[in-house]
Amino acid sequence: MAKKKTIRTIPQDRTPMQEQVPEIRARNFAEVSLGYELAAAVRESERCLMCPDEPCIRGCPVGINIPGFIAKIGEKDFHGAYDVLTDTTLLPAICGRVCPQETQCEGVCTVGESLESVAIGRLERFVGDMAIAEGWSAVPYIEPNELRVGIIGSGPSGMACAADMAKAGCKVTVFEAFQQPGGVLRYGIPEFRLPNEVVDAEIAKVARLGVTFRMNALVGRLFTIEQMLTDMGFDAVFVGTGAGTPVFMDIAGESLSGVVSANELLTRINLMQARDFPAHDTPLGLGKKVAVIGAGNTAMDALRVSLRLGADKVMCVYRRGHEEAPARAEELHHAEQEGIEFHWLTNPLAILDDGNGNVRGMLCQRMELGEPDKSGRRRPVPVEGSDFELECDTVVYAIGTNANPILGQTSSLALTDRGYIVANDSLATSIDGVFAGGDIVTGAATVIEAMGAGRTAAAAMKRYLGLRDSTLPYAPAERASSLFGLAPEQRNFVRVQVA
Amino acid sequence: MVAEVVPNAVPYEIVTRTDFSDVTYLLEVLEPDMAKAAHPGQFVMVMSHAEGERIPLTIADFDRERGTITLVVQAIGKTTREMQRDLIQGAHLYAMVGPMGIPSHIEGVKKVICVGGGLGVAPVYPQARAFKEAGAYVIGVIGFRNKDLVFWEDKFESVCDEFIICSDDGSVGIKGLVTEGIKIALEKHDDVDEVIAIGPPIMMRACSQFTQPYGVHTVVSLNPIMVDGTGMCGGCRVKVDGRTRFACVDGPDFDAHKVDFDDLMARLKRFREQEKQVLDRWEQGCRIPEAPTMSTPGA
Repeated sequence: MAKKKTIRTIPQDRTPMQEQVPEIRARNFAEVSLGYELAAAVRESERCLMCPDEPCIRGCPVGINIPGFIAKIGEKDFHGAYDVLTDTTLLPAICGRVCPQETQCEGVCTVGESLESVAIGRLERFVGDMAIAEGWSAVPYIEPNELRVGIIGSGPSGMACAADMAKAGCKVTVFEAFQQPGGVLRYGIPEFRLPNEVVDAEIAKVARLGVTFRMNALVGRLFTIEQMLTDMGFDAVFVGTGAGTPVFMDIAGESLSGVVSANELLTRINLMQARDFPAHDTPLGLGKKVAVIGAGNTAMDALRVSLRLGADKVMCVYRRGHEEAPARAEELHHAEQEGIEFHWLTNPLAILDDGNGNVRGMLCQRMELGEPDKSGRRRPVPVEGSDFELECDTVVYAIGTNANPILGQTSSLALTDRGYIVANDSLATSIDGVFAGGDIVTGAATVIEAMGAGRTAAAAMKRYLGLRDSTLPYAPAERASSLFGLAPEQRNFVRVQVA
Repeated sequence: MVAEVVPNAVPYEIVTRTDFSDVTYLLEVLEPDMAKAAHPGQFVMVMSHAEGERIPLTIADFDRERGTITLVVQAIGKTTREMQRDLIQGAHLYAMVGPMGIPSHIEGVKKVICVGGGLGVAPVYPQARAFKEAGAYVIGVIGFRNKDLVFWEDKFESVCDEFIICSDDGSVGIKGLVTEGIKIALEKHDDVDEVIAIGPPIMMRACSQFTQPYGVHTVVSLNPIMVDGTGMCGGCRVKVDGRTRFACVDGPDFDAHKVDFDDLMARLKRFREQEKQVLDRWEQGCRIPEAPTMSTPGA
C-alpha cells in the first residue's frame, strides 16, 4: 500500500479535459467536451485523498460511492469502477456530462477546500463512456416474479425507476408519448452536450434488463392511470412525466412570429432534427439575431444551439446578475467562451413588431439588485428611466415551466395548487399503488435529482408490492452480509459480469 | 434509434383509403386502443415517416368495433401531399399518438347546430353523431366551395334532424357561406343551445361574428401549429379571453366569442416561407427526370 496521500503529495492542478476550441465548436453540433483519455483519468484519480469523511457521497443526490469508484480507476480496474458506479447510478455517461457537480459532489470535496476539487464528473463520464465503448452492461441475475409495473415517461426518473423494478424481477413497461425514448435527454439537451448515441446506449442497457418500451402512448388520454391499475393489470405505477407547459411573461408582442419557448426550439432541433431542414420536414425559423430570456441550463442550451445554427448575434437577457444565474457553471463558462453576449440585469418589457408580424426587437429596462427575496437571491428592481431597445429578430423564452395538466385532467391524483402531483417522502401519491417523481412533483430540477426520485419511488414501490428491497443504496461490501440477514446470493440482484 | 426498444414493427396500418377529390382523402388507421379511448373533438399527432414532421389532425371518426381511427386530410403542403402519394391501403404511419385534447362537451345540450366548413365537415361529424346519440335535436350545416368538393353529406345527414348544405357557387344546396345556413337555422329555431363550428379559421371567425348578436353559445375547434401536442412546446398558444391558452391541452375547443382569431391567423403564417421551400424542393424531387436525348454524333 502506498503511503498515505496528503494535500501536498497529490497532483496539485486539476487534470484538464480536452475540448473543441470555441471558435470551431460554436459552428458544429459535435460534443464540446471530449472527455478524459486513460492517462488523464488515472492522474485525476490520484488527486482524491480518500478522506474518511466522504462528503462527496453525501453531496450526491443518489449517494454514489465516489471514493470507491475513483479508487478502482487508480487501480486501473475500470470495470470495477463501473460496477461501483452502477451500484447506485443507472446512467453514468449521462450524469457525468449533465450533473451540476459544482453544487453537489465537487462542491463539498475536501480537496476543493485548498485546491481545485477532484473532477468527479469527468471521471464518472470516463468510466461511463468506456462501458459503452466496451459493451459492458451490469445485468444482474434477475429472479422474475409475476408483478407488473407501469412507468409513465421515459426520462431520467422513469428510466431509473424502471431499471430498479426490473432488477427486482417485475415485468416493467415504459410508456412514452414521443416517437423515441429518453424524455428530456432526447428532446431537451442538445447533442453537443449529450450525444444521442450516449442516450441510445444508456436506454439500451435498460432494455437489456427486460424492460419493454411502448412509444406514442399518451397516458391519461389513451388510457388512464386508474385503467392501468384495473383493466390493464399493473400492480403499481410510477409517474415521471417531467416538465410541463412553458412559461411566458404576458408582455406585448408574444404572439409575433419569431417568439418561441426554449422547449419548442430545442424539441424542433433535438427530437425532430429541424437543423437538417429541409432534409427533415420540421422547420425551425430561427433568425440572425437571437435573444434568449433566462439564464438557466435550458437558456444556455437555447443560446448555444442558436449560435451553432448560424445566428450572427446571440444574446442572453436576464433580469438578475451573473452570480444569480441558475445555469451549471461549465455551461455558463462554455457559453461565454463561444461568444454569447450576456445582458445581465436586463428585463424585457415588450417585444416589438416590425409591422409584418415579425420581431424587430425588445423593449427592455435595466435592473439593479435590492434586498434578498424568498429564494435568498437579491431581488432585481427596475432602474427608473432606463428603458432601451435591444435589436433582435428571434426571442426565446427560457424562464421555466408550469405543470403539465394532462394527468390532472384525467385522473383523481391529488395536485398542489400549482398543478404538480402531491407525493409524500417516499413519493407515494394519493392513489394507492401510484408513485410519482421528478419535475412533475418538484417542478423543474436536474437529471440526477429526477433519477434519485425514480429510485426513491422504486424503493417505496417494492415495499408496497412486498418485495425485498435489495437496493438504495445497494449495500457496500462490508455491510452486505448483514442486509436483512441475507447472503448476497440469496438476494435478487447478485451481479454477474457479462462481456 | 435503438432497435430493441421499438416493440411494434408495423403499427398504424392504413386499412381504408378513400379519395374525395384531387386534394381531399380519407385514411382509416388501425389502432384499437385509440379507437376505444377516442371521443368527439379530440385530435391525433401523426408522423408519416421517420424524417417527417409531427402534424395535428382532428379525429374525423372512430370505430370501436373495427378498432380504427379515421382521418380526413387535405393535401396542401409537402407532408400532406407526400402522405397522399404514399399512404395507400396497407401502408403504415410511422407514428400516431392520441387521442389528444379535451373531448367536446356533449351532455346537457338539447338543440345544437353543427357547422362544418370544407374539411371541417369531417371533425364536426363525430360531434353531431354524439349529440344525436345523447338525444339532442341536431341541425347540420355544411358548406363547400363547389359540388365537386362535397363529401360525407349522406353520412352527416343521417345523424341530423335538419340538414342544410351550402356552396359558394350554388352548384349544390343553397348558394352562400355556412353563415347563410346558420341564419336559416337560427331564424327558424329560437331555442338553440349551442353552435359548433369547425373549418378554416376565417370561416370559424365568420361564424363567431355571426352568432354573437344572437347570444348563442358558440364553440370552435382550433388547430394551430404544434410540435409535440402534449403541452410541452407552447407553439399552439392562442389568446382566449385575453389569456394565453395552449390548444393541445387546454383545448382544442374554445368559446368562439372569446377567441382572438387575428392572433390565431397571424400565428398560422409563422412558417409560410419554409413551407413553400420544402414543398418546392419536394415537387422538384418528384418530377420524373427527362429522358436523356439520344445524341448520335456523326449520324
